[in-house]
Amino acid sequence: MNWDPWIPLLVVASSLLPGLLIFGLAEKRVRLRTVLNLLGAVVKLGLVGLMLWGIYNEHHYETRLALLPDLELVLRAGPLSLLFVTLSAGLWLVTTVYAIGYLEGSPHRSRFFGFFSLCVTATVGVALAGNLITFLLFYELLTLSTYPLVVHRGTQAARRAGQTYLIYTIFGGALLLLGTVWLYSLTGTLEFTPRGFIAGLEAEHHSALIMIFILLITGLGVKAALFPLHGWLPQAMVAPAPVSALLHAVAVVKAGAFGIVRVVYEVFGVETAAALGVMAPLAALAAFTIIYGSVRALFQDDLKRRLAFSTVSQVSYITLGVAVAGPIATIGGVVHLVHQGVMKITLFFCAGNLAETLGIHKISEMDGVGRRMPWTMAAFTVGAFGMIGAPPIAGFISKWYLGLGAFEADQGWVLFVLAGSSLLNAMYFLPILHRAWFRKPPDAWPEDHNFGRKETAWALLLPPLVTAVLALLVGLLASYPFSPLEWAMLIPEREFYRP
Amino acid sequence: MQDTLTHFPWAIVLILLPLAASMVGFLLPRLAMMLGLITAVILLLAVTGLGWQIHYIYDGAFHHAVGGWGAPLGIDLYADGLSLLMLTTTSLVGLGVSVYSLLYFEHKQALRFWPIWLLLLAALNALFLSADIFNLYVTLELLGLAAVTLTALQGGKAALDGAMRYLLATLLGSLFYLLGVALLYHSYGSVDIGILAQRVEATPAVWAALGLMTAGLLLKTALFPLHFWLPPAHASASAPVSAVLSALVIKAAFYILLRLWLVIFSPLGEGVASLFGLLGAAAVLWGSFQALRQTRLKLLIAYSTVAQIGYLFLAFPLAGAAAVSAWSAAAYLLLSHALAKSAMFLAAGNLMHFGGHDRIADLDRVVQRLPLTAGAFALADVSIMGLPPSGGFIGKWLLLETALQQGRWDLVAVILLGGLLAAAYVFKVLGHALTEGDDMHEPRTVPKIMEWSALLLAIAAVSLGFLAVPVLAWFGVSEVFGISGAGP
Repeated sequence: MNWDPWIPLLVVASSLLPGLLIFGLAEKRVRLRTVLNLLGAVVKLGLVGLMLWGIYNEHHYETRLALLPDLELVLRAGPLSLLFVTLSAGLWLVTTVYAIGYLEGSPHRSRFFGFFSLCVTATVGVALAGNLITFLLFYELLTLSTYPLVVHRGTQAARRAGQTYLIYTIFGGALLLLGTVWLYSLTGTLEFTPRGFIAGLEAEHHSALIMIFILLITGLGVKAALFPLHGWLPQAMVAPAPVSALLHAVAVVKAGAFGIVRVVYEVFGVETAAALGVMAPLAALAAFTIIYGSVRALFQDDLKRRLAFSTVSQVSYITLGVAVAGPIATIGGVVHLVHQGVMKITLFFCAGNLAETLGIHKISEMDGVGRRMPWTMAAFTVGAFGMIGAPPIAGFISKWYLGLGAFEADQGWVLFVLAGSSLLNAMYFLPILHRAWFRKPPDAWPEDHNFGRKETAWALLLPPLVTAVLALLVGLLASYPFSPLEWAMLIPEREFYRP
Repeated sequence: MQDTLTHFPWAIVLILLPLAASMVGFLLPRLAMMLGLITAVILLLAVTGLGWQIHYIYDGAFHHAVGGWGAPLGIDLYADGLSLLMLTTTSLVGLGVSVYSLLYFEHKQALRFWPIWLLLLAALNALFLSADIFNLYVTLELLGLAAVTLTALQGGKAALDGAMRYLLATLLGSLFYLLGVALLYHSYGSVDIGILAQRVEATPAVWAALGLMTAGLLLKTALFPLHFWLPPAHASASAPVSAVLSALVIKAAFYILLRLWLVIFSPLGEGVASLFGLLGAAAVLWGSFQALRQTRLKLLIAYSTVAQIGYLFLAFPLAGAAAVSAWSAAAYLLLSHALAKSAMFLAAGNLMHFGGHDRIADLDRVVQRLPLTAGAFALADVSIMGLPPSGGFIGKWLLLETALQQGRWDLVAVILLGGLLAAAYVFKVLGHALTEGDDMHEPRTVPKIMEWSALLLAIAAVSLGFLAVPVLAWFGVSEVFGISGAGP
């Protein structure tokens, strides 16, 4: 039997089933829950590896199920979707380990890990979606499954953050739905296609298509935290650290940015989008968001808030790369999907470690913390330098290709945005590093938990170390096969500009 | 043997079995509960059997002349895809509610509940199988009285007040409908829907009949602004009764309206369809807005019903140009609303049983301790909000698509706004499921069966999101509405 048509579905199911089982587990079944979690994550990773190899050798993986008369639920693996799937599946495993350590002994863990698995299911579905309605379906599922995670702590602040999150995302979802249905009523298809599927309509439906583009990008921009739709992200900081990692690196903002890539390249097609005149405004908005996020980050004393505004800025690199609209800039944007994920998750893990081990939440409390937790802060340092764009860490590669692509597309102004952003990144990250490594530690930490001779629990320490090493490796080994960069280069060649 | 099986009179079983069970239940109250459960299971099988017959033997529509006397003299039974949709909805919700009710009622209440509940099931099934407008009246009246009795069963001032209002509304509605029937009978000498469909012309008498019947049915289905009786009645009844009222009873009046509209009245007026659309839109907005303002859970759910009924009426103005997709949308919304709403009321019943109150502001601790119930409520809400994956989403998508194709931006706005408002009122409740509250009182335990029956109904509503193609084909939506909806 040929299993190829079922593999995308199995990839989705590999986190859905453990998730559903975990919901049914009693709170005290810690071991079984852990086994289920890790089993799902490992199986998923294995299947993804299989698909990576297959796609590289031009196999075809596609699941089609009837959803509506004339519309199908399509899960299809392509170079672009696999880039995102690999990121989510890989970071999910790391985050699961981290979350198990982080939540040890806290209440409602079955609920937490159930929704956690659902959230990854939705993300993988978003990545593998082969048409816009499938994308929409999983995109909304992502909203619904992250809400309980955001409010997990159950405090009033968590509830307010959850409310803000919902208001933004449900509203965005409604706009996305409207744009999708409208598009469908014009085209009669929603299948993602190289160079888009609306060519030939722009003469007749010019203004309608512009409106649809705005609706789709607004709907996606909410999750991608495009200015002025980013308000929910800093507020969602009240969530536990693994959830922040999920929001910022693995799932939510990435789903938004990924959707923008899909819409520009495989719904509208860059040529058509450029002809409609919507690319320049999108590029401008992305550029503004990059600078705006960085400037806001400068003024935050709360560590997680500073990281959140940093995300607002960094995720827009992806949008910028796409909107500049050349193959090279696109490589830079798309590969940043992975690079930003790996670096940002490291930073959030470290922030979580500081909070859990020493009770440190604010940057002003971080004096000399490098001496108390050297490994954590070493990982943090790698992530921070990567964000600034220092070679050879991953972030440098993204910025290099973005800049190169901007030149190629005759959009030199982008270089100023990149330079300005790097400068601002340095301005808000370097002071943290200076404090941590070069200032004298205080006499007592706000809330010191003793872990014996280790600086913190293994489950908390290993994940940031792994991701920090990963951030270094993907930068160092960027020109080897199966590095994110090499993979991203396949995408324009095999998908976006396929003849 | 095979012949007996293929021609087994499932339609008769659907009417007579619950009727007989009800009678036995009155006489031998001890048996009522067991009989009720068995009946509910058999009804589901019978509906499946009837559906199979409609598909493979009767080629789309089942006709049966009771006692061998056909119309216009005798009583005809008739079932097509639309009837099948309603019967299936009834048997699914009926089974869920029956299982729930096994443990919900205290002994004395249970004695009274089961016979009337079985009678109500018989009335519903008979209504959906009737082929003439007078039989529809009889069954509608029977249904109304059984429903009022069940509402009053709860006892206490609120329930009796609600039941009284309900009684007046339902009697008034039936009266209007009966007047219309009389007018039509007087003019054309028949009450058979098929015969009337051939003879009706746009005369003043027909217009008057249309007006009277429509007004009566709108009152019974609680379309804005005739919904005033619904919230107090649905909120004050006991949980399984509320579920049945919201999921099934008001849909019966909608079914008659739709049937009459499709077959008899649709050639008469575009204007009426627009009016229905307008009222539907107002219902969506007003009902959702009112739901958002409620501080009691059951009232919130009841107002949500007012809003959801509105969606069904949005299909009327759209059906003129695109009958199949508009009615598919309505059919899907009807089915998923029935499942989701009954799940919500049953879940609310669990919360009240556990915590002794339904004040939304104080639900924190209650919802936290009943994860299955909270899950049922949340899943049902996904469908009510129309978010994917759920039956509600499919219905909404079809409705939106049709509205956009016809450039009805006003309806598009209403549908989207209704969804946003639904999210607002739903999360007003769900927010409590995840926050910590103080333990205020000594809770009563909730039997697992009650939690599971709510959860399974909600799961069914969500699963419908993946079953649109087979489900729409099973109910033959394109055949039923493709032919008759197109008009002459």
